[in-house]
Amino acid sequence: MITWQILIDGFAVSSLYALGATGFTLIFGVSGVLNLSHGALMVAAAIAAWVAGSDFGANAYLCAAFGILVGFVASLLTYFVVVRSMQLSKRIREDEKEIFILTATLLWGIMISELIAYFYTNNAKTVLPIVEGVVTLAGVRTPTNEIFTAVTCWLVIGLLWLLVNRTRAGKAVLAASMNPRGVTLLGIELGSIYLAVWTIYGLLVGIAGVLLGMFLGVSSYSVGPLTASAFSIVVLGGLGSVSGSLIAAYVVGYLETMTAYLVSPAYRTIPALLLLVIVMYVRPRGLLGRR
Amino acid sequence: MKFPSLAIGAALLALNSIAQAQTKEPIRIGVIAEAQAVAGSSIPQAAQLAADEINAAGSIDGRKVEIISYDNHSSSAESVRAFQRAVNQDHAHAVIASYISEVVLALEPWAARLKTVMITPGASSDVITQNIAKDYEHNKYTFHGYPTSTSLAQMVCDAAKDLLVNDLKMKTAVIMSEDAAWTTPLDAGYESCLPQIGLKVLDHIRFSPDTTDFTPIFNKIEGLKPDVMLTGISHVGTQPTVQWKSQQVPIPMFGISAQATNSTFWKETNGATEGVLYNAVSAPDVAITPKTQLFANAFEKRFGNFPSYSGYTAYDDVYILVDAIRRAGSTDSDKLVDALEKTNWVGTIGRVQFLGKDTPNPHAVKVGKGTISGLMLQWQGGKQVNLWPRDVANGKEKFPSFVKVSSADR
Repeated sequence: MITWQILIDGFAVSSLYALGATGFTLIFGVSGVLNLSHGALMVAAAIAAWVAGSDFGANAYLCAAFGILVGFVASLLTYFVVVRSMQLSKRIREDEKEIFILTATLLWGIMISELIAYFYTNNAKTVLPIVEGVVTLAGVRTPTNEIFTAVTCWLVIGLLWLLVNRTRAGKAVLAASMNPRGVTLLGIELGSIYLAVWTIYGLLVGIAGVLLGMFLGVSSYSVGPLTASAFSIVVLGGLGSVSGSLIAAYVVGYLETMTAYLVSPAYRTIPALLLLVIVMYVRPRGLLGRR
Repeated sequence: MKFPSLAIGAALLALNSIAQAQTKEPIRIGVIAEAQAVAGSSIPQAAQLAADEINAAGSIDGRKVEIISYDNHSSSAESVRAFQRAVNQDHAHAVIASYISEVVLALEPWAARLKTVMITPGASSDVITQNIAKDYEHNKYTFHGYPTSTSLAQMVCDAAKDLLVNDLKMKTAVIMSEDAAWTTPLDAGYESCLPQIGLKVLDHIRFSPDTTDFTPIFNKIEGLKPDVMLTGISHVGTQPTVQWKSQQVPIPMFGISAQATNSTFWKETNGATEGVLYNAVSAPDVAITPKTQLFANAFEKRFGNFPSYSGYTAYDDVYILVDAIRRAGSTDSDKLVDALEKTNWVGTIGRVQFLGKDTPNPHAVKVGKGTISGLMLQWQGGKQVNLWPRDVANGKEKFPSFVKVSSADR
């Protein structure tokens, strides 16, 4: 019974982690940007979906669509206002740009989270679920929405895989993540690749945020932990490696779920963080990292 | 020439009194609260409402009441800085502070050091008043305007006896509370009073306030097969409530759920709070005193939602402070403490009186019949319905279909 419970719950949580971390690692792989406003963008999407339902009376589908739209717009805003402006700046030295962008995204995330707390308080909010009710899976009463969450995550990840491996634009993105200079030699503008990646990222972040809001709920306090969990999953999997992140998401998700069930929910995140430290010692580039 | 000199004298006196009225110092009350939290955001709003009412009614001996509010971002460190600023820079005569016990415990030594009266409208840890018992002369400047956790546990048990044991024939309970300063005495209170009313405590689960996924906790509780979950939650609220509904946990939630006292909780949980039972000392639709509904409606008219639990007490606290200043004839802190100890004020939550200095909890509000008796409410169809005590009840228990409410069902 408890084994099934862990398997089912762990799968849903891990799928959500996988979706959240995919976009994060893609951006790092392609443009070398560690986007520390990641958690804030997810929370913004979820809160927007909540606002659409509670203040404007929208139904669950409209709420989700509005949340994804806000996550998408906020991500592009992050790119143009925070990241791109620094990448193009002539006043910041080239070798310092990485750290400038890192700090700027962190501050941007804090600004978003404070704005949310100011307008909508720091109490948690939940998004209207698209499917309600429960089903019994292997004797475990599971909310239908939890299954919906896992299925949607995998659909989106599958679509992303198709996009990257089967389309020309996707292949260019993949190539850029392997060797940015090589791509420019082929006559592809890096700027347009960046924009493409941020567009994909925006959609992923919006979907992940809304699903998280439906599944567990979010508040402005979630911003830090969400960024931290995406960061540790991506580092564990190997910075920039999408498949590494997917594996790492499941390792972290199941480790957390097992700890919560078998030890105590209070120690949920500790073993995963210990594992991260061990991996850093033994294999600093992460599970499937290339650099 | 008697007459002109008299006239000149009268004119001078009149001028003098006008000048006095103009220079009469306002009564300044600092309000330190969690402006970004649902429970705390009502505190400065309610205090301002009370001050505006007092000023509109002609102020107090010609002195206006001025509210200076500070947002502490739910942080003890920021609260201490705000307290220092309120006293040293803004010259507040008294301070109303916070709904979080950890914050109030951090401010208590500062109220002592800066000899400034502080009253909390919403924290509940018993340690706040136990500190006063330990060193009265030093800590006497702190007042506890909300029932202590031990009193709250007793109120919940009293309601549970009528509603759960007598009505629904329940026999077993699991305590589920967040790990925080206020729940330590609350849980101890639950553990001692639940067996006395006939509810056996099967287990006691404390969880971190950072918890986001409550599935393992509900899973464990369900495995123990209790008739009811006794809650002690304030920092969390939305997430356990929504997950309780989405996972269709068949055990009713009963106890303290501070966020559920706010009228916006229905919206925050998308209605998942249907059927949740929670303790409060006030509610918008319950005429606890003639002032309760007047205040709740005035608050709703001005701010667009009904106040959280600490809004009622913050409103009362402004009146209580002003009343004490009037009786003391001074804003001197020591005189104010003496006057506050003699408080006998009918506010929105009942008759407010403070326990004396020879009790184990000096300066805690008295609870029980005739003072503050507490309520047990339930969310039903978007409304906060009062079920207990029966003489002020306006509804009956009603549970969502996934909740099983008698031992016979399992």
